[in-house]
Amino acid sequence: MFETAFTLFQSLGGGALIGLAAVLLMVTLGRVMGATGILAGLLQPVSLLDWSWRAAVLAGMISGPAVVLVLTGQMPAVQVPVSTTMLVIGGFIVGIGVTFGAGCTSGHGVCGMARLSPRSIAATLTFMITMGLTVYVIRHILGA
Amino acid sequence: MRLILTYFIGLIFGVGIAVSGMANPAKVINFFDVAGTWDPSLAFVMGGALIVTALGYRFVLKRPAPMMSASFQLPTRRDLDPMLICGSALFGIGWGIAGFCPGGALPALGTGHSQVFIFVAALIVGICVAKVLQATLTKRASAQA
Repeated sequence: MFETAFTLFQSLGGGALIGLAAVLLMVTLGRVMGATGILAGLLQPVSLLDWSWRAAVLAGMISGPAVVLVLTGQMPAVQVPVSTTMLVIGGFIVGIGVTFGAGCTSGHGVCGMARLSPRSIAATLTFMITMGLTVYVIRHILGA
Repeated sequence: MRLILTYFIGLIFGVGIAVSGMANPAKVINFFDVAGTWDPSLAFVMGGALIVTALGYRFVLKRPAPMMSASFQLPTRRDLDPMLICGSALFGIGWGIAGFCPGGALPALGTGHSQVFIFVAALIVGICVAKVLQATLTKRASAQA
């Protein structure tokens, strides 16, 4: 279950699509394509106009796997190698972290780094390092 | 019109996440498991996304304004503060525990996998708790000032 195949072209192509979406959202609405910001704005609506574009982006995101299913005949794989308890604890910590850190992989890691924002570069380095350390501790020290 | 367009932008993002493997926690965790079942794919997701975004932003941000809005809404702060670093460090820890980040999990909802809904529910609770905490801290700080 833990082994995954190296997918060079799918990853590069998928990444390019993520970038394309970020550029399109900037040229049309002038907004950053950050999953954290879009979700947080949905939970705390400021106006119907603001809420509606976020809801539309989210609806589009959720339709992504169905489109992949139609095009390739296969639903994208979601393999969860951790327990439900770990998902709940992890999800809660991620929610706290992205709110105080003002962004996640898409916001800081893609949109912010693309603008060479010092805050985004620092944030991305920080969460990549703590992510790696956490995986190392859980898998190789605790042996879970 | 605007909503149809933003729907398709979200769709491109969702397809990108699904195709790249970012919606799959096993793959994401394996990128960081250099000492174990290492899968370098994630580096190419980030690389592909960064190249396209950096090039695209260079042209887009030269425009006086976006096409369907009055102005670009970009974060303006450039200082590094403890909140940013501690928050990001926490995010990395949670990401390592669960294997999902928000950008990977939201499109993954579309697979109908029940574990994704559990993660996103916990994520939303975390965001709400943090928003309340943030508001309390700001209020306290302004009361002291």
